[in-house]
Amino acid sequence: MHYTLCDMFSDLTQNALEAGADDVAVRLTETDGEVSLVIADNGKGMTPDQLKRAIDPFWTDGIKHPGRKVGLGIPFLVQTAESTGGSWNIESRHEGKTGTTVSCRFDLTNIDTPPVGDVTGYFRQILTFDGPYEMTITHAANRGGKRLEYTVRRSELLDALGLAEEGSFTDASSLALLGEYLKNLMED
Amino acid sequence: MAKMSLEDLRKLREATQQQIKKRDTEGKTVQVIVGMGTCGIAAGAKDTLDAFVKALDEKGMGGDVIIRQTGCMGLCQNEPTVEIVMKDMPNIIYGRVDAKIAKEIVEKHIIKRELLNDQILDRPAGDILKK
Repeated sequence: MHYTLCDMFSDLTQNALEAGADDVAVRLTETDGEVSLVIADNGKGMTPDQLKRAIDPFWTDGIKHPGRKVGLGIPFLVQTAESTGGSWNIESRHEGKTGTTVSCRFDLTNIDTPPVGDVTGYFRQILTFDGPYEMTITHAANRGGKRLEYTVRRSELLDALGLAEEGSFTDASSLALLGEYLKNLMED
Repeated sequence: MAKMSLEDLRKLREATQQQIKKRDTEGKTVQVIVGMGTCGIAAGAKDTLDAFVKALDEKGMGGDVIIRQTGCMGLCQNEPTVEIVMKDMPNIIYGRVDAKIAKEIVEKHIIKRELLNDQILDRPAGDILKK
């Protein structure tokens, strides 16, 4: 199990890009007692058989690391949800309009649920992988009677940072500014 | 604090870029590559990445160093792993890079060009290297 939910969310979101997606939508919803995440990608999708095997920790597609026989991303999701009263679901299409949607929900009142962790760090990480892709992140929070909702788009952030041509966040300075910006959006 | 708009972010970026004098264009080839596989994340690679961003920004080197993420380098027992690629230095993979070591890498390896001998892993695991 990952140390925080956001660590697990990072891992799961990375899968979308590794499946060749160039458009990923992430929605994180937080309330006092619950956190839920939906990651919808337009990647290559999985066959029902692949989907079944993806939850087996001792299976991997063998493309990234030939010779290795573990793949822990989705097994961690299943383990965390099942041991803390949470839930998870994966829907995938591998033909026609392909893509995968991973949804999960966690009960923050369950003592075994890991802490939520660093939300802005999670957002910054998934926005800053190499290569061209669009990512839309919506964060809705309703905690302690305070509501917060915002949406950020990778293309708009790249443009604001003068990196539209590069197509990636490259220098450490842009990463620092991006972190500052994302942190500011979460403040009251 | 008032909410920043994308326009505020744009202005901040422009102001920062004016401050950063691109001292040495060759120096810009420094790359910090952080392993962000399941293993890296589990070992705290996000804190490591954050520590690099902070340390480089504080030293005013944010414009000269590229920070990239990669997957597992096959050295899961030594995560978080970080590779440093720069001119006139061998490509080095460091292991067990927490926030403190990240700061040391910036100060010693990147600025003073000295290796951190105790952290060196040298290369990815054999089964990860491309044949």
